[in-house]
Order: sequence, then structure tokens, then C-alpha cells
Amino acid sequence: MEDFLLPLLGATFRISTPILLGALGETVAERAGVLNLGIEGTMLLSAFSGFVVAQATGSLLAGLLAALLTGVLLNLLLGVLAVTLGLNQHVSGLGITLLATGLALFGFRLLYGGASVPPKLDEALPQLTLLAGTPLEPVFSQYGITYIALLLVPIIGWLLYRTAFGLRLRAVGENPEAADTAGINVYLLRYLALIIGGALMGLGGAFLSLAQLGAFTHGIVNGRGWVAIAVVIFGNWQPRKVLVGALLFGGLQALQLRLQAQQVPVPYELLLALPYLLTIVAIAFAGRNASYPAALLKPYKREG
Amino acid sequence: MFGFKLDRAPAPLWMRAAIPLVAVVITFVLVSVLTIAAGANPLAAFFELLINPLTRNTARLDILVLATPIILTGVAVTLAFACGYYNIGAEGQLYAGAIAAAWVGTLVESLSPWLAIPLMLLVGFIAGALWALVPALLKVRLKVDEVVTTLLLNSVMLFIVSALLNGPWRDSESGWPQSPTIATAAQFPQLIERSRVHFGLLVALVAAVLIWWLLTRTRFGLELRAVGKNRDAAQFLGIRVNRMVLSAALLSGGIAGLAGVGEVAGMQYHLIESLSNSFGYTGIIVATLGALTIPGALLAALFLALISRGALSASRELSVPVYLGDVIQATLLLVMLATLLLDRYRIRRSDTPRSA
Repeated sequence: MEDFLLPLLGATFRISTPILLGALGETVAERAGVLNLGIEGTMLLSAFSGFVVAQATGSLLAGLLAALLTGVLLNLLLGVLAVTLGLNQHVSGLGITLLATGLALFGFRLLYGGASVPPKLDEALPQLTLLAGTPLEPVFSQYGITYIALLLVPIIGWLLYRTAFGLRLRAVGENPEAADTAGINVYLLRYLALIIGGALMGLGGAFLSLAQLGAFTHGIVNGRGWVAIAVVIFGNWQPRKVLVGALLFGGLQALQLRLQAQQVPVPYELLLALPYLLTIVAIAFAGRNASYPAALLKPYKREG
Repeated sequence: MFGFKLDRAPAPLWMRAAIPLVAVVITFVLVSVLTIAAGANPLAAFFELLINPLTRNTARLDILVLATPIILTGVAVTLAFACGYYNIGAEGQLYAGAIAAAWVGTLVESLSPWLAIPLMLLVGFIAGALWALVPALLKVRLKVDEVVTTLLLNSVMLFIVSALLNGPWRDSESGWPQSPTIATAAQFPQLIERSRVHFGLLVALVAAVLIWWLLTRTRFGLELRAVGKNRDAAQFLGIRVNRMVLSAALLSGGIAGLAGVGEVAGMQYHLIESLSNSFGYTGIIVATLGALTIPGALLAALFLALISRGALSASRELSVPVYLGDVIQATLLLVMLATLLLDRYRIRRSDTPRSA
């Protein structure tokens, strides 16, 4: 049991990390009223740019910064389209996913050609083992970013619920007209939300290429951005519940990998699809009462 | 600002016609950075992308092959978006149709193609519509936003396809994750000899004409578009809004399903995981570029197919990575979205500085 459960728990935290980071970023953006369907491509291009810069400079820190910057820039682009120009949020977001995906694959082919062996970093981000020597060691052998992601849950919660900034940000996502009347700059706050969200998504992408894999591949993100969007709904736009959702998605994936490795005959795709279906059921049950930010998907146009 | 003033009024006709051209020019200026990065002269690259494929017969036929699925997904998305129903799920609906075709296609050994093919199209259409049913019902019954539900069901569908191909349908001899080959009677005939242009193109064109007729020449289409323009006003006028949304969603899913049937029955003859090269998502680009009109979608699908084929030429001739085509398509979508804003304005000279 110990050989099964504790490593499973460790794997759950590891696999949940990029999902959690993406979902926290998406939460901040959606709380301000912007659905970011660019997340899937944003994480991919961030993973790519992080990898390329880390390889070119030999500095993992530089790679990390490049990934964060990529996330922020793509979110600023979404800001121009969906906030400033007031275009369709979902079509703009999908466009950004398609663009970022195209750019990442274009760049990868350009820099590394058709290399049959994917290039690897000489050294990936280090693991940080807490409680070494105790039975809990397999749970707490994690990459630094995993601990950061977990710490970000209360931090983002504090930011959204305990600060004036968070209050304004949520006001902008609920009722931009009223917020504007109260003297809040709707556009500025939506941009700030996108910048924070972009940095988090970038960190999620960096985790994949700089820590977990130490390499870049076409399928490195593989739907994790879409998972993050499901997790945000599942978590009712609240960071703590988002953490639960991310651990659920990650946990089922970890379980699936373990069962497959032990050749347990389970149709593992169904395990993977389960959290998506749960999310849709959860939305259906919440229905009209779902705590969607009221202004989500609605561009704000200042009159006059 | 710049000595010009924008007035909110319908754009003059010449400007409406010019918008797609402006978008194309801006897009190509933007991506010329990438061709230079790839060590290719942008003009040479644009020649390979836009002109070269049109000069050779085989390449022209390839364009028709590439356009076939995205005409269908483009029409599907146009129809849904025109009703204000944001179906992002064409990718999953396409695979639903493909699963149906791969299944029916193996059962019709003894039938004549005259029966087998219509049967496959019908079942594929129904499968796509069924996959679109849940988000549509959630939308009209519970007011659950369709964007996220249709998007998430795409991921679920990929798991279903993977489960089928790695489970009951795995090729028992080779072990490849591909379904059994469909019966000869179920395979689409070729429309043009020695090319891969198949009957699916005809299906796509007929679907496009039918939906065009439906949208522009019938009361149903008028009501559908009224709902898309202003749901509340439509309700007020006595249009049964929920019914229109449900119809648009199911028709849209069904047509996307036909795209999956075409790829199985006209191209691969079995189901594989990589059947769709994001055709469902490309459908959203097609619909947007076509300004949510069917003739526009047809042109857009052909243009995007030209770019896909051209990207292949550019990669062969100039060693520009073939993904340039994807980047151009996505850039074109975003630029077009932005330039479509001009559609709502008239430009006027003004000497007074604009107040903030």
C-alpha cells in the first residue's frame, strides 16, 4: 500500500502542477471578465521559448523568464483584441491558441530541423526533497515550481478576496458599468488580470519543458490548457477549489499511468475523460446558479 | 487622431469588399518576418504560398482535397455562429461522424454503393448531431454557456477515439491503432481520375448550397439569423428562440459529422487518431473569414486550402517550415477579426483633435 499510495500522491502533485498554474492564471483572467481560450497555445509557446532560451544561454533562470514573458505577451495580445477592440473573446482566444501553436512548431522545426532525437537540456530545474528519510519522502520529492504553485493558491486567494485590487478586479468581472461609475478603470484592470494570468500560464509551460521533461516536444502541453479551463469551472472560480479540481484531474492521470504501468486492464481513456464529464455535470447542476463572473465573455464599451 | 475621424455607421460597399484584401495584405506583411527568419525571401515565399500551387494541375487538385473537410466544418460553424450559438465543438462532432462512418463502413459489405454511401452519410450526420445535442440542451434548458461545454467535449471525444482504436478496433495483425478498413462499397468514388479528389467534395458543395438556401431564402433562415442578431428582439417578435438555437446546433453538429465521414470514406478508409488536422478549429477560421456567410465560407475554405498546399511548396522549395501555413491561417483570423471592425465605421477627415 505504501509503495502504491505515496508515490501516487507524489505523482499527483507533479502532474497537477502545470494544470494548477494554468487554472490559477485562467481564474484571475475570468474573474476580471475575460475568458482566455488562448491558454492551450500560450502554455505551448511558453514551454518552447523557455526551452530555447535555456538552451541558448545555458541559464534555466533566463529560460524561466522567457517563458513568463511569452505568457504575458500573448495575454497582452488577447487584451488588445478582446479588451481594447472588444472582439469576440472566444474567437480571439482560439486564434491565439492557433497562432501560438503554429509559432512554437514553426520555431522548433526551424531551430532543430527534423531531429529524430528530441534535444534535451543538459540540466533541468532541480528537485527539492523535503522530509528526506521519512516515509513521506516520495510525496515531497518535487520540483521547486510545484511548491511555488501550491503557495500561489493562498496568495491568489488573498489577492482576489483580501485586497482592494482584488475587489476591483472582481467588480470589473461582475459589473463593469458599475465599476466604471465607481471610478475603476475597467480596461486597466482587465489588462492587469491578463498580465498576472499570462505569467502563471507561462510558468505552467516552463514547468513542462524546464522541469518535468527537460525537453520540448510537439505534444508537451497535450490539452492541459483545456483541462485548466475545466478546472476553473469545476473550482467555481475560487483558488482553493481550483486546487481541488487540479488535484482531481492530476490524480486520475497519475492513477491511470500507474495502472497502465502495472498492466491492469482498465480502459484508461475513460479514467482520463471522467473529470471532463464531471465538470460538465457540475456545470449542468449548477446551471443558472453557476457563479460565472457575470460579465464573462462580454466586452466592455465605455460610452461617450 | 491622425487627422481622421471614425463615425459609427455602416461602411460603404467598397470598404466591405476591401476588408478581406486588407486583412490578407497585413497578414503577409506580418509573417514576412518569419520567412526572413527562415532565410527565405518573403516575395519568393509568397509566390510559393499563393501562386505556385495554382500553376500546376496536381497542386490545384490537392487544394480541392484539402478544402473538402474545411468547407464542411466552415459551413457548420457559420450556421451555428449565425444563430449566435458559439459551437467550438466541430472538432469533436467531426470525429463523431468519423466513428459512425468507420463503424457503418464495415457493415455494408453486401450493399451497393448507392445504398452504402447515403447510409453512411446519414449515420455520420446523426452521430455529429447527437454529439452536439448535450451542450445544445444545456444551453436552451439551463442557459449553460456553450463555448466551454462544446470545447470540453472535443477532449472527451479524443479519448473515446483513442479508447476505440486501442481497444476493440485495434488492428489485430499489425497492432496499429487504426480501425478495420471499410468495405469497398462504402469507399467514396473519386471525382477526378488519378487524383484524391473524392465524392466528399460534392457532399460539401451540396451542403453549402443547401445551407445557403436555408439561411437566405427561407423563413427558418431569416428567424435563425434574427436570433443571432438580437435574441431578445427575436423573442419579442414571437420567434421560438430555443427551438432555433437547438436546430442550428444540431444541424451544425451534423454537418461537421459529414466532414468526418468524408475523411474516413474518401481519404483514409479507416479511422485513425490523426484523422483531423484541426479541421474543426479551422472551420472557425473559415466562418470568421467568410464573415458568417456561406459564399464567404466557400471562398475562405479554398483560400486556406491554398495556403496549406502553398506551405508544402514553400517547405519543399525554400525549406521554410511547413507550419508557416498554420501561422498564416491563425494570423489571418486575428487580423480579419480586427479589420472587420472597420465594417462598422466610416472614415472621415477631421481637423479637430479627438477628445479622450
